[in-house]
This record gives sequence, C-alpha cells and structure tokens, in this order.
Amino acid sequence: MSELLRVDGLRVAYPGRPPVLAVDGVDLTVGAGQVVGLVGESGCGKSTVARALCGLVAPAAGSVVFDGMPVPPLGLRRRPLALTRIQLVFQDPYASLHPRRPVGAQLGDGVRAAAARGVSSDEPARWLDRVGLAADAARRFPHEFSGGQRQRIAIARALAARPDLLIGDEPISALDASTQAVVAALMRDLAVDSGAGLLFISHDLSVVRLIADRLAVMYRGRIVESGPARDIWADPQHPYTRSLLAAVPVPDGSGTMPAPPADDAEYPLEPVLR
Amino acid sequence: MTLEISGLTVSIGSSEILHGVDLRLAAGQIQGLAGESGSGKTMTGLAVLVLLPTGAGVGGSIRYAGRELLTLAPRDRNALRGTEIAMVFQDPSTSLHPMLSIGAQLTDHLRHHLRLDRSAARTRAEELLDRVKIPDPAHALRRFPHQFSGGQRQRIAIAIALACAPKVLIADEPTTALDVTVQAGVLHLLRELATEMGLAVLLVTHDLGVLSAVADRVAVMRGGEVVEEGGRAQVFTAPAHPYTAALLASLPGAAHGVRSLEDVRALREAAGE
Repeated sequence: MSELLRVDGLRVAYPGRPPVLAVDGVDLTVGAGQVVGLVGESGCGKSTVARALCGLVAPAAGSVVFDGMPVPPLGLRRRPLALTRIQLVFQDPYASLHPRRPVGAQLGDGVRAAAARGVSSDEPARWLDRVGLAADAARRFPHEFSGGQRQRIAIARALAARPDLLIGDEPISALDASTQAVVAALMRDLAVDSGAGLLFISHDLSVVRLIADRLAVMYRGRIVESGPARDIWADPQHPYTRSLLAAVPVPDGSGTMPAPPADDAEYPLEPVLR
Repeated sequence: MTLEISGLTVSIGSSEILHGVDLRLAAGQIQGLAGESGSGKTMTGLAVLVLLPTGAGVGGSIRYAGRELLTLAPRDRNALRGTEIAMVFQDPSTSLHPMLSIGAQLTDHLRHHLRLDRSAARTRAEELLDRVKIPDPAHALRRFPHQFSGGQRQRIAIAIALACAPKVLIADEPTTALDVTVQAGVLHLLRELATEMGLAVLLVTHDLGVLSAVADRVAVMRGGEVVEEGGRAQVFTAPAHPYTAALLASLPGAAHGVRSLEDVRALREAAGE
C-alpha cells in the first residue's frame, strides 16, 4: 500500500490571548485504498485537522504532504488543480450543496474537475446510481431530497471528481440513526473500490470501527491512541479511549448505564501507538 | 397514571401530523419515545404542554391529575406550565438567556411561580444547582451561561425545569447536543431525579442507546403513530413491530444489529441498492 497523505507534527493555532492551540502535534498517514477513522469529542481538534489537510487553515508548525507535494494554505485564487485530488464531504448536506442548482449540474462540477486533470469520470447519472439514487434525481434540486439522500448526493459529488483522498468531516452525524452505518459503509466501499484513501472523522466510535482499517483517537489536540480499528475497539489501551468507549450507551435493552468519567478527569497525553 | 395521552391528533392546515397517539406517564418512571426525524415525537412532547404552532388543530385527550389539558383555559394552562409540567429542550445554549445570570434565570422563575422572597429564592436556587451537581452553587448563580460547558448548561436547564418541583418532565433530545462522556452524566442525573423525586419523565430521543440505558418503557413512533410500546427489555430484545426490528437491525451494538462491515453491506443489499 502506497502512502498517500503524510502529516508530521501538525500544529494549528487560532488567534486569541493566549492563542488557542487547537491541534498540538498530530502525526497521521493515510494510504491508497486505506480507511482511517479519526475520532474524538467536540473541541478535540479533529475538524481543524481536516481543514488543515486541504489547506483551509494554515498550520503553525509541521507539514502536510499529499502524494509527495506539500499542501499549501488556500489563497484567494482557486486551489491548484492537483489538489482537487483531495475531496471533502462535510457534516451538513443542507449547507454544502447549492440550493438553486439542479443536482446533475453540481455533479457535473466534479466531473469537470476530474476532466481538468485529464482523468475520466462517469456521467452524473452513473454516480447517482452508485449512491443508490434514481437517474432522474439529476434534474431535481437539493430541497427535494431527505437529509440522508442529500448526503448521498454530496458523496457522489465528491467522488465524481475522482479523488485520490476523500475526507469526511462528520459526514453521518446529521443523518437518522438507521442510515448512519449504511452511508458510512457506502463511502468506504466507493472510496476503496476507486483506489482512494478515506479519512473518516466522527465522534461516533461504534460506526467508525465498522468501516475503518485504522483508528486514531484525538484528545486535546493530540492523537492519544492509534492502531488497527479491531484492536482498539476490542482492547483499548489509553485511559481516555477506555473512558470514551465506556460512555457509549449500547442499544441492547439491558438497562446498563454508561459510565460517566469523573468530573475533573484528566488523561495523560502520552500516546499509545500500535 | 400521572399523565395520560389518548387518541392525540395534531394537524396543521390540511395535513394530519399525529394520527391518534396513546401514551401513559407514571410517577418515577422514564417513558422513552423514539423515532426518526419527522416521525412526530417532538410534536407529541410539545402537545403535552400545549405548545403547538398557531393554527394547529388538536384532537383526542391529554389528562393530568383529573384535568383535561387540551380544553383548559389559557390562564389555567399557564399556571401548570413550568410548575407541574416542565420541559427541557435539546440545545441549552438557546434555551438559556445569554444575557442574564444563572441566578436571575432561576430566581425569577421561583419568585413568579412560588411567590418566594429574594433570599428564600436564592437559597432554593442554590439547593437546585447543588442537586444537579453544579460545583460551588453560590458562585455559579452570579455567572452567565457562556461561562459554563455544554453539559453544565444542560444541568442548569434541568435545574430551572425542576425549580417548582414538577410532577412531569418532558425532555426533548436533552443529550443530543452533548458528547458521550457528558451525556453519560446527564443520563445518570435524569435516572436519579425520576427515582428520588417520583418524577414522570417523557424522554424524547432518536438515540436508542440512550433509551436502552435509562428508559423503563419505550414507545417507537413512525409517521405520526406509535407503532410499538412496551417494557424496555421486550422492545429491544423481542420487538413486536417489523419497523422496530428493522430500526434495531441497522444499529451497531443492538442484539440483532450490525456487527461488521459485511452486516452493513447485507443491510444495503436487502434495501435493494
């Protein structure tokens, strides 16, 4: 498996007195055809990592290298053509799709982005079919679809640009529980089938572990545990990962209360890497 | 029964949103109400407080302490809201007033409804904050909502709801905006309050994991109807309605839920994709 994305010592600071160090030394790699899950609670810096990976925020230190080339911060002009090989799916498909353009035209944007790099993509109708929507959806507008369908459209749009790296920033958290696992698996299968890497960011460990090959657990701007998804789920080593797993309520009907961590719980920042 | 909803219908314009909902809330019990977006679960919760959109048509009955809430005069209805029947909403950053101190928000409520004087209201407010485990209540009363974390804000919203010792608490997705570790603490609190204060709780949520942890009974809604209602263990382990079974089958961690990527793929194929 070839390495596609390499993040070394990434630090991102937001202005303030003192500045807020949202990401404090993150190392991460994603390989072609590999699915990496990045999990953590609100404010841990996982979305900031996603934004830094595609140049939406400038790192204070460290490097982001995509397929051998550094990712520059986004300027006022459109991003370099080569970087359209990185595509994103955001949390809220109501905000990420254009409300007044037909779905087909928006998928066409992706197809053109691929064509501009000299890569062939399929017709919008074919992409709609892959995400389980009828071909006539191309003529319709985003408001005519449910939340789950809209997120499928956003995924189709990202994939139509034939990315080598797909980043999903909480792509399933706005969806109904019954469709979350299905949409996550859809993203995985489509990304891996096309040979792309997938970085799947979410706070929901129980879904991420189903689709990820590797997991990275973030806490206070750092990755405190990373390794094969199966191993971390079965046998978490870091105390923070353990408390995160223990707090997830399991829908088994047993009446077992999830364990809340102590109010002033502090966890070590030394990572467990395996 | 503390509160009994029977044959509740709500329509807006020509479309009926709830088609005859039956639910019973008992003291000391948490009645879960599950369903996906648009199933009518929030509308059911709001109907108990008769907080429906203007022009909504309501039918059926909601009986509380021998009185019919739906036909109560607005004045009597207002007297019940916040005192006997209280509500906690999803997002504590919008349900608390951003410009008023926690003390003002708690004591206004106490002074208005219970006619307490300033110092009695203050003492009671401190007790309430202590009850929901806010550290240093006397100091917390002088602070503002933005100075608290999301979990603390939701605890404060619960303290305000409990201020007049209500008999019924409607909690609409009270932990949805919270992280799982914070959610666990709020769920423990709800369970304690129901048991110790004999509160009848209607817990509305889309999260079946939450109901599995704290609910005594679970009702599942779809398309404005309750399709299944029963004891927690029965609904989760032996669902009677195919919709409940399908809902559980899609969840990681449920008895017959998805356990692996292959399970999810099978689910997708079964749905005809």
